[in-house]
Amino acid sequence: MIPGPFDYHSPATLDEAVALLGQNGDAKILAGGQSLIPAMRFRLALPEILIDINGIAGLDGIAEAGDKLVIGGLTRESALEVSDLVQQKYPLLADTARVIADPLVRNLATVGGNLAHADPANDHPATMLAYDAEVVARGPNGERVIAIDEFFTGLFETSLGSNEILTEVRIPQPSAGSGGAYVKLERKVGDYAISAIAVQLTLDGDAVSAARIGLTNVSPVPIRSPGAEQALIGSSPTDEVLEATGQAAAAECDPSADLRGSVEYKRDLTRVLTKRAVARAVERAKGGSA
Amino acid sequence: MSRHTITVNVNGEDITREVDARNLLVHFIREDLDLTGTHIGCDTTSCGACTVLLDGRAVKSCTVFAVQANGRSVETIEALAADGNLHPLQEGFWEKHGLQCGYCTPGMIMSAKHLLEENPDPTEEEIRWGISGNLCRCTGYNKIVEAIQYAAEQQKEAEA
Repeated sequence: MIPGPFDYHSPATLDEAVALLGQNGDAKILAGGQSLIPAMRFRLALPEILIDINGIAGLDGIAEAGDKLVIGGLTRESALEVSDLVQQKYPLLADTARVIADPLVRNLATVGGNLAHADPANDHPATMLAYDAEVVARGPNGERVIAIDEFFTGLFETSLGSNEILTEVRIPQPSAGSGGAYVKLERKVGDYAISAIAVQLTLDGDAVSAARIGLTNVSPVPIRSPGAEQALIGSSPTDEVLEATGQAAAAECDPSADLRGSVEYKRDLTRVLTKRAVARAVERAKGGSA
Repeated sequence: MSRHTITVNVNGEDITREVDARNLLVHFIREDLDLTGTHIGCDTTSCGACTVLLDGRAVKSCTVFAVQANGRSVETIEALAADGNLHPLQEGFWEKHGLQCGYCTPGMIMSAKHLLEENPDPTEEEIRWGISGNLCRCTGYNKIVEAIQYAAEQQKEAEA
């Protein structure tokens, strides 16, 4: 399958890339290309202009700065997998990176692309929702910061302007007593989630003092489950509280029936996986590793 | 549609060609360079039959444009045997019957090559993890895992 015709540009700077986005015509950013190129081969995407940002220096990297973990938009998933910092301090992110597509895809696929594509089946949206991350966008008028809660606006749609490029993701450093986990059920390596749950929480003594829960592939737009978060916050994570949390997530998700399962199955799976993810996050919070 | 002159180091040799922007790397390798050891399996970024090393990292060459390889190095299965001698991985697939129909084998070997370069002494689980982007419909994978273990042993002995 051959993609439709397009003009290819490989700018050396972000300013050039932003200027190219502002030209006439339907332009797309090519980062890892692991979602875009398959979509182009199926002719689901027919951009007239492709702007390859892989030649722009300084768009990748994983480092703490101030009270944030800063991840360059062009950072490959495989870099997260081998980052000691991510593995030790950001287990929710480490869990997520390990289950995205397959190792070959992760050698090219980027964190920024996974978010900007805004596929509700992608894994980073739920994780970044749970982390309360920020997205940095660069446009003709400079840089702006978008809260992750304001980022996903529809199926494959974000609040990025048509002439903006996602350059960075910023995750707040977890406070003491925090823990996180991503639990995904997939039919096989490389498939999208049937359902997956991202949890980031903080314990104060035995009680959960803060929690955010993101859901993957059980709604048309990446979402949090506020009901599940409320069921958890202020309580000790007993079996009863975990069950109530899972039930709230099941009630608030909005899955579609497809070849991965019926609506009823996906809802119940969301309940079960939420309980598992919360239990693992609590375990990690108690273990001292964030 | 734009056309581009690209120079790619393929299996150690700099090659310059003109390509359409939409040419996929796998088509460039097979059709422009006649290196047909790299296979096309699914065409949907699923099977890994088209795996090559791009700047040393295993990627699916059906999901990269040829123009993106400009100025970079590409290594294909054709680069492995040297002076008529099989590479330890090729020898492993031979010795351990790591293939039946053979269609997935070039991709499997290129993935395994990247894996062993990053991790010369992988556990069985790490091998299975490393090749999880490559589908084989014949072997059930056990013999492939043994083939890669064999290659790891050979390489360790050669270095000792």
